[in-house]
Amino acid sequence: MVEKTIIITRFDPDRDEKPRKQEYTVPCEDSWKVLDAVNFIKDEIDATVSHRWSCRMAVCGSCGMMVNGEPKLTCKTALSDYDDRVDIEPLANFPIVRDLVVELDGFMHKFESVKPWIIRAKEQAEDKASLHPEKDTFGQSTEELGNFKQFSMCINCMLCYSACPVVANEPDFLGPAAIALGHRYNLDSRDEGAEERHDIFRGEGTVFSCSYANECSEVCPKNVDPAAAINQAKFGTVIDWAKGLVLPRGGTK
Amino acid sequence: MDVFRHDIVIVGGGGAGLRAAIEAAEKNPTASIALVSKVYPMRSHTVSAEGGAAAIARDDDNLELHGYDTVKGSDFLGDQDCIQYFVEQAPKELALLENWGCPFSRNEDGTVATRAFGGMTTKRTWYAADKIGFHMLHALFQHSMRFKNIVRYDEYFVSKLLVEDGACRGVAALDIRTGEYSTILGRAVILTTGGGGKIFPFTTNGTIKTGDGMALAYRAGVPLKDMEFVQYHPTGLPGTGILITEATRGEGGYLRNSEGDRFLVEYDYGVGNKAELGPRDMISRAIVQEIEAGRGLSGAYGDHVLLDLTHLGEDKINSRLPFVRELANVYIGVDPVTTPIPVRPVVHYMMGGVDTDIHGATEMPGLYAAGETACVSINGANRLGSNSLTECLVFGAAAANHAMDYANGSAEGNEASLRAQAEEEAGRVENLRGRKKGGERISEIRRELNLAMEAGFGVYREQASMQAGVGATAQLRGRVADLRLEDESKVFNTELITALELMNMVEVAEVLAVSALHRKESRGAHTCKDFPTRNDEEYLYHTIARHDPAGPRLGKKDVVLGKWVPEERKY
Ligand SMILES: Cc1cc2nc3c(=O)[nH]c(=O)nc-3n(C[C@H](O)[C@H](O)[C@H](O)COP(=O)(O)OP(=O)(O)OC[C@H]3O[C@@H](n4cnc5c(N)ncnc54)[C@H](O)[C@@H]3O)c2cc1C
Ligand code: SF4
Ligand code: FES
Repeated sequence: MVEKTIIITRFDPDRDEKPRKQEYTVPCEDSWKVLDAVNFIKDEIDATVSHRWSCRMAVCGSCGMMVNGEPKLTCKTALSDYDDRVDIEPLANFPIVRDLVVELDGFMHKFESVKPWIIRAKEQAEDKASLHPEKDTFGQSTEELGNFKQFSMCINCMLCYSACPVVANEPDFLGPAAIALGHRYNLDSRDEGAEERHDIFRGEGTVFSCSYANECSEVCPKNVDPAAAINQAKFGTVIDWAKGLVLPRGGTK
Repeated sequence: MDVFRHDIVIVGGGGAGLRAAIEAAEKNPTASIALVSKVYPMRSHTVSAEGGAAAIARDDDNLELHGYDTVKGSDFLGDQDCIQYFVEQAPKELALLENWGCPFSRNEDGTVATRAFGGMTTKRTWYAADKIGFHMLHALFQHSMRFKNIVRYDEYFVSKLLVEDGACRGVAALDIRTGEYSTILGRAVILTTGGGGKIFPFTTNGTIKTGDGMALAYRAGVPLKDMEFVQYHPTGLPGTGILITEATRGEGGYLRNSEGDRFLVEYDYGVGNKAELGPRDMISRAIVQEIEAGRGLSGAYGDHVLLDLTHLGEDKINSRLPFVRELANVYIGVDPVTTPIPVRPVVHYMMGGVDTDIHGATEMPGLYAAGETACVSINGANRLGSNSLTECLVFGAAAANHAMDYANGSAEGNEASLRAQAEEEAGRVENLRGRKKGGERISEIRRELNLAMEAGFGVYREQASMQAGVGATAQLRGRVADLRLEDESKVFNTELITALELMNMVEVAEVLAVSALHRKESRGAHTCKDFPTRNDEEYLYHTIARHDPAGPRLGKKDVVLGKWVPEERKY
């Protein structure tokens, strides 16, 4: 057990003009994650602190916060990695709703805009927003699965948006997780919607805005490597665009 | 107050809720479907499921076997008509999920791979390494986004069902971000709010699993069924309760006691390499017996046994169980490639829930339920691992289908009177917000509730301690009405939400306690030391609990039997 000073950003739009900081002294157990300290404050010291969390096993993606200036999944981050003062802020590059809670509207919008679902040619032709099994299940080799598996591991924790220098300057940039998601479907052998998505990727604020800073991949708690996805998507978009000039339909997979 | 009108209102955005939404949206593209969830759908606790989802897939398997395994697993308390329907629909539902992009692990020939699971005769659990729930939830959520007639209410907390002339016609929901209430009307309402493991202190469940849907239905007069049956999963991490999936044993892992023995071999729950693949109720009891016999290991977080994967090798662990490796490393500092993982039984799943028929319909017209919050019942007294994700799909779809038919034939409710109900509810909650005159804090009541449930309703139960649990929960029901709250803000007031959840938890806990005390036999997960055997003559029925200001009123409902006649449960 060690005592630490936990500094929490407080902001209530009804009362505060701008965020302020509040310090709490917390008796911390050795095994604690950063989230445990915030929960302790909420339960035992100050019930007015607001934050999100649920699974406490690094899979629901709710508990992202800035810890000493870096975006972290707080249920996965050991408190013992930090000295006796730990500064906890809401995720950077997002509007604050209250205290440690940020707004997801923009993120959800970007997320939906890449059409993150299996698109089939037949269904495109029929212009139908549904998908009945054309057959039992699709065949897919382990290798084909491996092509996109990594990019399907994103828990939508949004740490990569907090780390990204482009998001900071260009709020409309689709951003790492959304591009990785669209790319994940493009790479899925069951999907036939790459062309549709490449139209999206070609637009403004998309793959070409990325300056390949790689910060997103460095902070990702699930090794999704969104930077690699963006790079591949850039490359694929150029190729498809070139193919599109000579072929009636853009590149197929 | 805003009033929104839809055809169907679905409360819950987990596996069951999303499947229901997709089914309703597809069945009737002109209908408007509200999907209301207290967290963004991808945060729902379905996300945490690791092992897999069951449906027959192999040549050596058939519906008969899956049906029999499920009936036997349920200790003959499952309804056989529902189980029949369930096993028949299961393969189609999982094929749909595959079509919608779920990245299932594959066999060499490219077909979907299946693995062994507890209580299942053969390999029929479809998996995506050890993250099936995560992939299922994300595939469903992403697929749902293509339907423009699904309208999401993310981070809206439902605190009351709106009932008119005995029929459910909508919900009152608090927008957590603004603190304002809305009236969300629908001609049918489907509850898919998940389980309530958080009434216990040591659980695999996330903090959002507070039994809300059960409490909502119960307070509206709809009975809860079989609430005494709580599943203890054999292998949770001491301290946090984080789950280490049964797939570890499906892939060949062993449980060992302090002497290094594979003790399950002695318990006869399965022969040879199936020794570790008995059903969960039995294996949890075996672990407790080992510990009580002095063959457990002690640690900082209590006694435990060991889950040994070291003989599986690094490659297999990395390809089949990578999340287990991550969890063990991060949360208990053990690398399972080289070191056995400390584990102990942990509260995992509620077999009981809102009483529904085979279509997900409750006894209240217009109200449906599916997923863990419902009790259809296919799980009876003990659920088989990997049946519940499939249950979310099969009965989520069924409930949506029937709710849509019902909605098409029913008139719209009276907006003014339903809105008045919602306003009354908003007033009640407004009085609760920042209620400084109250007596006790949330954390105190929750701690007491947790302790009472752990003491009374463990793997083994006794009349005396259950009696104490009944007393404690009844008393807490009084005390929770006098909470002391600090946070007066409207915006994202999580203290207020937690208070509403705690009230739900206390209500659900009391029903669980009273139901358990009444069942004077041992069946499935309900093991009563005073009555160690199953008693089909007196207790082969579902427990029904109805709300009453004085405490739950119990009744009975027949079990639907069929071709599988109750027999001694041997593996
Ligand atoms: C760690 C773990 C591992 C598991 N592994 C497996 C497995 O391998 N195989 C298997 O078959 N089963 C498994 N299970 C069980 C299975 O995952 C669950 O039973 C199932 O996912 C429940 O799904 P659901 O849709 O009913 O509820 P949930 O996924 O819990 O979703 C509930 C939804 O309801 C919403 N909600 C709740 N209350 C309210 C309210 N008051 N207002 C508004 N919205 C509300 C929530 O926001 C959420 O969206 C596992 C369970 C756990 C805990
Ligand atoms: S890519 Fe990684 S950091 Fe970004 S949202 Fe997904 S899991 Fe989080
Ligand atoms: S609480 Fe779910 S990821 Fe941290």
